[in-house]
Amino acid sequence: MRDLSVRFDTDDGTVHAVDGLSFTLDEGQVLGVVGESGCGKSVSVMALLRLLPPTAHVTGSAEFDAVDLLSAPLSHVRRVRGREIAFVFQEPMTSLNPAFRVGNQIGEVLRRHLGLSRGDARRRAVELLDLVRIPAPDRRVDEYPHQLSGGMRQRVMIAMALACDPKVLIADEPTTALDVTIQSGILDLLRDIRERLGTSIILITHNLGVVADIADRVIVMYAGRKAEEAPVHELFARPEHPYTIGLLGAVPRPGGADKQGRLQEIPGRVPSLAQLPSACAFAPRCPRADDLSRSQVPDLREVRQDHLVACFHPGVEWDGG
Amino acid sequence: MSRVEPPTLEVVDLVKHFHVGSQLFGGGGTVHAIDGVSFSIAPGELLGLVGESGSGKSTVANCVIRLLEPTEGSIRLKGRDITHLSRRELRPLRSAMHMVFQDPYSSLNPRMTCGQIVGEPLRVQKLARGKNLDQKVVDLFDRVGLRAELRFRYPHELSGGQRQRVGLARALSVSPTLLVADEPVSALDVSVQAAILNLLRDLQRDMGFSCLFITHDLATVEYLCDRVAVMYLGKIVELATTRDLFAGPKHPYTQALLSAALVPDPEVQRKRTRVILQGDIPSPLAPPSGCRFRTRCPLEHESAPASTEEDPPLIDVGGGHLVACHLVRRGRDAPKLVDTAELTA
Repeated sequence: MRDLSVRFDTDDGTVHAVDGLSFTLDEGQVLGVVGESGCGKSVSVMALLRLLPPTAHVTGSAEFDAVDLLSAPLSHVRRVRGREIAFVFQEPMTSLNPAFRVGNQIGEVLRRHLGLSRGDARRRAVELLDLVRIPAPDRRVDEYPHQLSGGMRQRVMIAMALACDPKVLIADEPTTALDVTIQSGILDLLRDIRERLGTSIILITHNLGVVADIADRVIVMYAGRKAEEAPVHELFARPEHPYTIGLLGAVPRPGGADKQGRLQEIPGRVPSLAQLPSACAFAPRCPRADDLSRSQVPDLREVRQDHLVACFHPGVEWDGG
Repeated sequence: MSRVEPPTLEVVDLVKHFHVGSQLFGGGGTVHAIDGVSFSIAPGELLGLVGESGSGKSTVANCVIRLLEPTEGSIRLKGRDITHLSRRELRPLRSAMHMVFQDPYSSLNPRMTCGQIVGEPLRVQKLARGKNLDQKVVDLFDRVGLRAELRFRYPHELSGGQRQRVGLARALSVSPTLLVADEPVSALDVSVQAAILNLLRDLQRDMGFSCLFITHDLATVEYLCDRVAVMYLGKIVELATTRDLFAGPKHPYTQALLSAALVPDPEVQRKRTRVILQGDIPSPLAPPSGCRFRTRCPLEHESAPASTEEDPPLIDVGGGHLVACHLVRRGRDAPKLVDTAELTA
């Protein structure tokens, strides 16, 4: 994916949801995309799959198996979507059709993309439910979504996404709506799928714990731009962008029982994407901001091998807030 | 804190059942939302109430603040029984307890300015009016870190974090002795959460109110609270000081819960053992007989048949550490599911 930009024309002016985002995803890799609400993390993958409404102006390119998905005919994208690149949404309650049995919903994917017969589709659906470790899959396959719990529904969503054995699985906040004990089960499942099927996973989340648990590489986004990118261990051990540092300090850690220590606050708030300045978007909240960062957009620089930071003043020390 | 002073809040054997469905046609049933919950909060203490969805933690909050009338049991606020007081009788007590809700978007009246919202409890309780009221509102805005001009704005003009500050200012306007906070930061972004948690802690230290803090997030509890109660399916399964609970969780459910919490550090997180619980939380319409956790308990085979027949009582196993498990007695712990050193890494 190269230089993706997404603009929306709204009544309040042009909103730059994503601004010049590039990344690559290797086979079998888990890429974590982290950021707070409105940082453009969901919009970028929607753009990748051409799922945005026509009001969105998308530029850039997204090469998948030597075809640019952003300029390819929609008919090609439709074949890729669901078959090669599958999507798991955040809300398992609303993204399943309440009026159809679970088995039929999974079967629909199989019949549409792979042309299976009804009977074969059903048998495969049972297999898939078993793969995502739903107990008694031959019974569950005939149930309706409302009969399943939240965790089960998310497993059904994943089963559906895996139906055509995709190369890439995009999961948008897959565990956000779930309880802690259910969440760790879903993360184990994703890890298992990656190992057994070699699926690449793009995991979009706001939860740094989820990233720490499962991702190989991490992209931190802020206001539509990439702030930092590094392998997961490098990022957590030596974060360089002040936003990443602030974000890590803001999370209370289990076991970090130092009750005197305050949580780090990032002053201010996420800027409106309608009036992004031609400067570092984080500058108004940044302790390191100076005239340079208030007048120019910082480019991504490689501070260490394979570690990119978009900041004029990178460094591992937290110095304010 | 003198010894004769009664606890700010004392909840004894609280039960709340809801009837659902039509009884007329033989259908319907009883939701056992809370089934015998007891705890107390000392003056100036922060008690965290942790549980997953469906554990009944919000129902406890709503009963305590008397938005719901309990089915059985008693609630005492500073020694006074408020369990069955009428709305009229409760009114003078409303300034002693206040609530902050989870969703700062829907819990503020969109047709009032933020200043009116914050000043309303003072006005209704006839504690201030006119210029004096406005001054108090300005002070409260200052206290929660909002610019005074924002009091002329409407809630929709504010960000989520600012709205939650308005909610806090409103709750604290009447200097309550008890603040009930139901998931006050769950709807906010990480960087904003930190600010609200810091603020809540600072305000608590300045003003000295007691707080019942309800959340599903263990890390938040550890940061903020003095003691923690863990709920599962309408009952408290473990209650201890924050230090004891995090250093040595005894109930298998608490152990599982702590092991499932994600640590934002890949070095630590990837080495942790986790206890995966089978299945889902059972329906409160038909809770399991005996121990409610037995259907998901990794140690069920060890506690059977006692766990199927008898509901384990919440007992003190030493030093005020309360546990409700057949396998835990004073001087005897349940088998460790995880190495506790890992939990406090």
